[in-house]
Parts: sequence; structure tokens; C-alpha cells
Amino acid sequence: MKIIVGLKQVPARDSLLRTDASGRWIDESDVAFEINEPDAYALEAGLQLKEKHGGEVVVLTVGPPRAAQSIREALAKGADRAIHVEEENLGRWDTLGIASLMARALEPEKPDLILTGLQSDDLGYGQTGVVLAELLGLPHATIIMQVEKTDGAIRVKRELEEGWFENIEIPLPALLTIQSGIAKLRYATLMGIKKAKTKEIRQVPAAGIEAAAPAVEISSVYVPHKTKQTEILKGNAQQAAAQLVERLKFGARVL
Amino acid sequence: MSILVILEQRGGAWNRMSFETLAAAVQMGRELGQPVSAAVAGDRVAALAAEAAAYKVEKVYAIEHELLARYTADAYTAALEQLIRSVGPDLVLLPHTYRVRDFAPKLATRFGRVLVSDAVGHRIEDGRPVLVRQLFQGKLNADLRFTSAAPNFASIQAGAYRADSLEAGVGVVESFVPELSASAIRTKPGEPFRESQRGLDLTAAGIIVSVGRGIKEKDNIHVVEQLAQALGGELAASRPICDNGWLPMERQVGSSGQTVAPKLYVAVGISGAIQHLVGMKGSKTIVAINKDENAPIFEVADYGIVGDLFEVVPALVEEIRKAKG
Repeated sequence: MKIIVGLKQVPARDSLLRTDASGRWIDESDVAFEINEPDAYALEAGLQLKEKHGGEVVVLTVGPPRAAQSIREALAKGADRAIHVEEENLGRWDTLGIASLMARALEPEKPDLILTGLQSDDLGYGQTGVVLAELLGLPHATIIMQVEKTDGAIRVKRELEEGWFENIEIPLPALLTIQSGIAKLRYATLMGIKKAKTKEIRQVPAAGIEAAAPAVEISSVYVPHKTKQTEILKGNAQQAAAQLVERLKFGARVL
Repeated sequence: MSILVILEQRGGAWNRMSFETLAAAVQMGRELGQPVSAAVAGDRVAALAAEAAAYKVEKVYAIEHELLARYTADAYTAALEQLIRSVGPDLVLLPHTYRVRDFAPKLATRFGRVLVSDAVGHRIEDGRPVLVRQLFQGKLNADLRFTSAAPNFASIQAGAYRADSLEAGVGVVESFVPELSASAIRTKPGEPFRESQRGLDLTAAGIIVSVGRGIKEKDNIHVVEQLAQALGGELAASRPICDNGWLPMERQVGSSGQTVAPKLYVAVGISGAIQHLVGMKGSKTIVAINKDENAPIFEVADYGIVGDLFEVVPALVEEIRKAKG
């Protein structure tokens, strides 16, 4: 099975974020980056399928040169090779534009299965995978908790709301968006890190490609205005706890 | 100029988020001076459509076809694409449900558009809607504008608008029969199921103490468990805790777990990602204990303590025992 894993590099989870001078994105200068966590689970699901059924795992990333570090990490964990669509200015593309770049880069590949995380931890639109499936004319399923290969098809377990699930049968080739927690994430081994250095990364420059006019644009990014008055209780742990108990007893009357 | 709301039903029962989205549409419609219509799809939905038409809407389209009896992305996308091409709305609003997440990006792509997903609010600028949505797991907000001609698409987050603001009205039910063929439906869904009989109904609890990533490891859970015991409440958790198997799935609060609204909700070491907040923000009194003063959980908290949970929680247990005598 040839498996493509869409992987995005995003600001690390505990980053302190500030808006940049334009007010339309964050200041990335002091930010550390990492693999988008849901995509890490997509990679894990892809690697486990390959280990069981053979084939190849190819990482596909759209991002600036710094994203190469996350690609190397994925190669160190066991992906066979990668495609890096290099784009310095991700902001000039909307979701449809990014998915179009991915579709174009996949033209020579003929994959059996494409996996992405269900959403990114930065923009969180949760739709790049589905849009890519539509552009490629593939069937898809989202928020997947389990993948099982059958003959020429796959059987997946899709998460629904409030503890419900459904099983779906999908013919291959297909695209799945993977839910976090589908499997335990592996660490890269020393041997894996060594091997990753020699693995192929196909560079696809996006600089020359004219972007279609975006259908949506971010006009401003800002710290949310508080809608609720939160009383922060000060002092050391003991003092704060005592104040809280007083509030709960006499203010909210829940004690 | 018009707004079309796609309502959601499964097996004849509404998804309650449908009416929150309808409320959002009615509010936008009033501000923009645009009429609002709605649509509901399934094999037999005339009765549901009539129910929806009792609100202040112009029309409710009953999209009926036997191939819509069970949800598939292929059939729903095709049916809604046909309705939208026929009705020609400026703005299509959908509830941000798991089903909408599955088909709405595909639907928008058919029109060369991008869905603005999971919007939490809006305002009108220059006669056009500006949608607000969260970025970076709720740490920042963004304003988004549509830069394309109609139709545009947006989905609305659970709890962002109040369904009880809807006023009664007299809408017209109109039948719409899409052209669908079984051979164009590529996926075969099975019957929805639950993993195990869920023994625990968190929605009945008056007090809930919930634990998140901040607890660091399974062996520390007892720290928070003691707080639940001292308060006489149920112990619950955010998703990563249940994913790791540190607490059973039946104790998960959030979009994929239970939605609760107790009189007291204490969030310990939970940053407050959107997926968790939608499951608990209706609680009467919310307390947050977190070491990061910028954690989004403080956005919804009535009382907050910024500090190390391993110091704060034991102190709190002691104070509660004292107060209870």
C-alpha cells in the first residue's frame, strides 16, 4: 500500500503567542515549531498499516523551509520519503489553495491511502483533508479511530458525538482524517535519526505558482475579549484556596 | 439576498445545535435585512420541516430521498449542492457538528469556496458579515471575511448562540427531491453504536471536578480524586486523559464525551481547548486551577487560581474539609 501522510508544522503547544505588526498573524520570530499533534497520529496510523501490510509511507508537507525539520522527524520515525511543497508565505493561500498545492504535488504519486490529522492546532479549520479528497475525486471519512484493511477496501471506525461510533466501508484509494489517540505515538530511534539523513525529500517550489484569489481572508488576529468576569484569587496556595472556599460557600452557595 | 440554514436530524431526532445555528441566522438576517430559510435532509422529513417552519423563517425545504436515510458524505453533498444551486442563497450556515465537519468542506469546494468553520460569533461591517473564530486552541481569536461572491459557507460552534432566542413564525414547507444515484455513493456506513453500556451519567451530577493534561501522569490522578470526594462530586476528565487510559472514556467531558452543566465545575490542569469548553461552559459556577494565566479555561471561569495544582488542590481539600466541619 502506498500511503501519503499530510503533515503540517505548527507553533509548539506551550508557545507564548503575540500578534505581528500587521495584526493579521502571529509574530513567529520567537516561536518554536513542532509537528501538528493530530498529524503525528496520522503518521503513526500510516506507519502501523505499512508494518502490517507492506508498502511505503510518504510524508507530504506544505510550508516554509523551517518545516524541513518536522519532515526529518517524520522520516526518523519511519516514513520512507517526503514531498516538501516549499512556500514562504502560507498566508497568501486559503484552505482550498493549500489543498490544491497538495493535489498538484501528488499528481505523479498514485497513492492507495491518504491520511491527515483531523485538524491543525494553529488554524484549526479541520478541512484540508476533506478538500483534498474532493479535489482528487476520492471518497473520504473524518475523525477516524481505527483502520482495518480488507480486500481492495478499508473498514474504519468513525467517531460521532457523545460516545457514539460508526463503522464505514470505503473502497481504495481513499482519504481519512485521523483522530488524536488512535494509537500510541512512537519515538524516533537513534538508528531512525541516522537513516533519515539519507532519505529523499522531493522539493516542489510553490513560489512560481499563481495563487487563485482566496475565498476567505483573516482580517485581524487578537487576544479574545473576556466575556465573563473572572475573579483571580491571589496569594499562596493556602490563601487562594481559603478565598475560593469562602466564595463557593457564600457567593455561589455551592458548598 | 438570503441566508440558508442546513438543519441536522438523525433518525427523526433533531441535533439541538441546528436551532442555535438557526438563531444565529435569524439574528444575522435581521441585521442585514435578509430573509432566512432552512433545509433538512433525510428519507422522510416533512414532519420535521413543519416543526422548523414554526419559527421565524421564510421557507423550510424538506430534502427527501431514500438514499438520504443514512448519512453519507457523497449523497448529502450532492443533495445540498443541488438545493443551493436551485435556491441561490448568499450565505449557507451549518451547525458545526461531526457530520458537518465530514461533508461541509466538500460541499464548499464544489462551489470553489472555503467553509469558515466553527465560528463563535459575528458582527456586520459595511453590510457584510464578519465571522469570529478561535485560533491556536482558543488562545487567539480571528476575524474572517468572505472575499468571494455568493454562495459563502460557515459553520457555527455549539453554544455560541441561544436557541431559546428564536421567535415563533409561519414558514412555508417546500419539498425538494434531489437526483441521486446509489452508484455514486462510495462509502457504506454501518449502524451507529456505543462502545459499552455507559454506566455513568455525568449530566446528573451537581458537582464535577475535572482533570486535564496538567496532572502529568496517571499516578497523580488521586490528587484530584480527593478534591472530588471532599466536594461530594463526580470525577471527570478532558480528552487526553481518557485517550491515555488514565480514566475510563465514560468520564470524558467535551464534544466527543458528555455535555454537562452542573452547579459547580472545577477544571484542574485543563487548558480549555474548544473541544472541552463546548462540553462544560453551560455550568453555573466554573472554577479553573491552572499554572498558565493565559490558558483559555480562564475565559469561561468565574473563579480562577493561577498556580501549581499539586500545591493548590491539597490546600483546597483541606479548606473544604474545614468549611464542612
